[in-house]
Amino acid sequence: MTDTDALHAAGQCSGNCVPGAVKDMLVPQLGVVTAIRTDTPDVKTFRVESPDGSPLFDHMPGQCAMLTLPGSGEAMFSITSSPTKTGCKEFSIKRCGQLTDALHAIEPGQQIGIRGPYGKPFPVDTEFKGKKLLFIAGGIGLAPLHSVIEYVRAHRDDYGHVDILYGSRSAADLVDLGTIENEWMKERDMSVYLTIDRPQEGWDGHVGFVPSYLKELAFKPDCTAIICGPPIMIKFVLQALIEMGFDKTQVYTTLELKMKCGIGKCGRCNIGSKFVCKDGPVFRCDEIDELPGEY
Amino acid sequence: MQKVSEKVIARARELMHDGTVSKVVGWKAGEFFYDCEPNVFETEESLKDLVYNRFCGANLSKYMIKNSIASGGEGAGKVLVLLKPCDTYSFNQLLTEHRIDRENVYILGVGCEGMCDIDRIRERGFKGITGVLEADSGNELVITTLYGEGKVNIDDVLLNKCDSCKGKAHKIYDELISDNEDEGPRGDRFEGVRELEAMSPEQRFAFWQAELSKCIRCNACRNACPACSCRKCVFDNNASGIASKANTDSFEEKMFHIIRAFHVAGRCTDCGECTRVCPQGIPLHLFNRKYIKDINDFYGEYAAGEEAGQRGPLISFTEQDIEPGHAVVKGGN
Amino acid sequence: MAVKIIPLNELEKLFAAVALTKKLYLPVEKAGQYDYAPWEPGTGYDPEVLHTVKSAKGVFFPQSEDLVRYKRDGFSLSIAQVAPEDEDFVVFGVHACDVAGFEVLDRVFLSDPVDTYYKARREHGTVVSVMCAKPEETCFCGTFGIDAEQPGGDVQSWISGDTLYMEALTQKGEALLDQLDGIIMDGNDAENRKAVNDAAEEHKEIMRKLPLADLTTDGFGKEADLLTLFGRPEWKELSSSCLGCGTCTYVCPTCQCYDIREYDTGHGISRFRVWDSCMYSDFTMMAHGSPRPDQLQRFRQRFMHKLKYYPDNYDGAFSCVGCGRCLQKCPISMNIVKVMKKLGGADND
Repeated sequence: MTDTDALHAAGQCSGNCVPGAVKDMLVPQLGVVTAIRTDTPDVKTFRVESPDGSPLFDHMPGQCAMLTLPGSGEAMFSITSSPTKTGCKEFSIKRCGQLTDALHAIEPGQQIGIRGPYGKPFPVDTEFKGKKLLFIAGGIGLAPLHSVIEYVRAHRDDYGHVDILYGSRSAADLVDLGTIENEWMKERDMSVYLTIDRPQEGWDGHVGFVPSYLKELAFKPDCTAIICGPPIMIKFVLQALIEMGFDKTQVYTTLELKMKCGIGKCGRCNIGSKFVCKDGPVFRCDEIDELPGEY
Repeated sequence: MQKVSEKVIARARELMHDGTVSKVVGWKAGEFFYDCEPNVFETEESLKDLVYNRFCGANLSKYMIKNSIASGGEGAGKVLVLLKPCDTYSFNQLLTEHRIDRENVYILGVGCEGMCDIDRIRERGFKGITGVLEADSGNELVITTLYGEGKVNIDDVLLNKCDSCKGKAHKIYDELISDNEDEGPRGDRFEGVRELEAMSPEQRFAFWQAELSKCIRCNACRNACPACSCRKCVFDNNASGIASKANTDSFEEKMFHIIRAFHVAGRCTDCGECTRVCPQGIPLHLFNRKYIKDINDFYGEYAAGEEAGQRGPLISFTEQDIEPGHAVVKGGN
Repeated sequence: MAVKIIPLNELEKLFAAVALTKKLYLPVEKAGQYDYAPWEPGTGYDPEVLHTVKSAKGVFFPQSEDLVRYKRDGFSLSIAQVAPEDEDFVVFGVHACDVAGFEVLDRVFLSDPVDTYYKARREHGTVVSVMCAKPEETCFCGTFGIDAEQPGGDVQSWISGDTLYMEALTQKGEALLDQLDGIIMDGNDAENRKAVNDAAEEHKEIMRKLPLADLTTDGFGKEADLLTLFGRPEWKELSSSCLGCGTCTYVCPTCQCYDIREYDTGHGISRFRVWDSCMYSDFTMMAHGSPRPDQLQRFRQRFMHKLKYYPDNYDGAFSCVGCGRCLQKCPISMNIVKVMKKLGGADND
């Protein structure tokens, strides 16, 4: 391997690039997809590592990264894996557009571009510490919370009881059901509640939308709630939590808007004066109240 | 112009007051005398800012796509639109294309003596323009500026589209306020096209190269164009493979304008908005006029928007139609 | 600082001398319109031209620039960063408003994390400003505290009679004037200083007479209440005829939003950055829809960004320099002045 190749492999520069030039934030590093797991009919989880096995970058739960498959574009995805899982980053990605279609078509071994981490993480080491936690997720909304849940499991003694309420359209759409059943349900002091939107054969669990199940379960407002899911679910879950006596300062969520740069400069993911890529994606719900409703 | 203007404003107020219409799409007084903006007036009170003067060049037809459809529903009332003679061609064409709900529109045809172009006034060396008065003679403007005063001939500072006015006759209206006799078209609108046709291919390419390389891809021409009413333009569609916001190669801006010209060929009424709105002063109307001239030559005189419901020569077939081979020969190189 | 002078009819010599070692950009006429472009012998300079169609920002933040080149070969991918600017250049003839526009972009691109492409151009570029000749009725740089008589940059200059008076403001500026020694003359005497002062005083007098001289930023900026401003019902009428084109954005010296797109060159994928406009419908469009579905929201975003969001994020500074380009170029004559007068403090009525 020549020096140039080495630079290439390290995702730095070659060709026209001046040797030793500062790498721009917009230039991705090289990653390789080492494993792809099919979770649901339209969700796959991709494991990304650096080609030489060195760490890609450090991240905290709730942060995101830009993935690129040149020719198909670049987009921001939340990092599904916990920082405690070293050596790789995982991304659960739903097929819903040009890039995600292309990603779903690749095979393990494919090299891609990756840059990050971006955004403000969940306050796992500060506000969450010592608290009881209630995770509420819908569909692919589990992806960003997955990272937090695994982080909490890895530091189990630092947190109080954990409840996880997760719902999706159908049983087949529950992302990473294997981990949920085999690990989360068996974790100490951790309860998992699953629900699907409509009844189906072979499902003897709960049926109904997440917000109504939440009310049925009647959690006490003595915990910190962390929500992620479709905007409409977030809206009704938040409403339900308020009815249940939660204060907005106890509720966290993570938002998603179209992003291009990831560093608060390209100007499109702002809600009022805040950029989701830089000041978010994690917001405490009382902070959202101070923003215009453009999300 | 003053008399017509007063009548137009009074009539618009009346129609809003008596409930004939619930909204008025007209021109609103600007910060300066010349920057009248198209506006949707929704209250009688707001109509105090309605103006009609020498600087109301904008064609309001396209606004009726949104405003005629949106106003539908019981008791919503009609929408009044003020249309100059040339604007009525665009309105008719949009009716032909089923883009306007005629039922919801009340057209007040407004007489026009030609609209002035502030850029052409600036080009004549006026800077810091603070006021304008129509001289008593009726064919001069007195321009006052921060740096002094001067006069211009109105004919010298008309909008490009008015240089070859189609005539003073409105092609569609519910009511007309006009003092003008129709004297037919003004000037030879194909003069510029003939000049281009007389050029060698190299000269012609150089001409368009110089003009089109100024393009900043702001899409003003497309967004103002009444014939460009696609819900999603191919140049905005990421899946089309040709969506772009800047030129990725040296031919791209030409491709954009040529494709656009082809797409509006046979439907373009020569309303001149493309050239009026271009921030870079590119004479985009020359593309459209070339196609209009060719269509006239190949299929006989045809004016898109002359009447609603026309079948244009490019979308109807007759046995007399020119053979493609002949078209190539007649079209020159 | 020392004043240097050169007769206007010898500017060609000055340009040629600069161009010997550096690329030189200045307002150049092409098919009837002026824009910044590289100087070539005979290009000339017309001091009467107030505005280029596009602002000078493109010199540091080009409308389109390549960032990365990719090559995909089956499973393997190579990623090569395109080199940032590494050659010195000079921009001549920038007026105070456009110089202030650079500062607006600086706050965005030079704040952490730094944009290396922009930074490289800023470092390699020397800005020679010129006091504008005849401000237009559309000018309102004074509203944003810009001193049109001290146009700034690395070298600032004034024209009086048939002479250009230059003064270096930075080390880069001094280095440029040093390089021009022999072409420009030492003019640091009382007479020349008086000529500059007189020209500036005369200019100030015009600025006071501008129709927009009294426009204020009252009602906007850091102190304004974001949600109140955002919720004003007047946005509807203000935006009612907006065409959703990008003219205002693309002629603006402070609009800095960009898109990142890619292009298949046939030999690989070129990823490039390109000016974008919040006025475009696809600006915030995602697979599941857009948070700004109508032109009202997109229109509001542009002006809220300039008058509220940017000031919130950058210590009260506004993202408008009052150059007036949008006043002259908007196809429907809507512009920031109309917005400020409609929504701003009572003084603006």
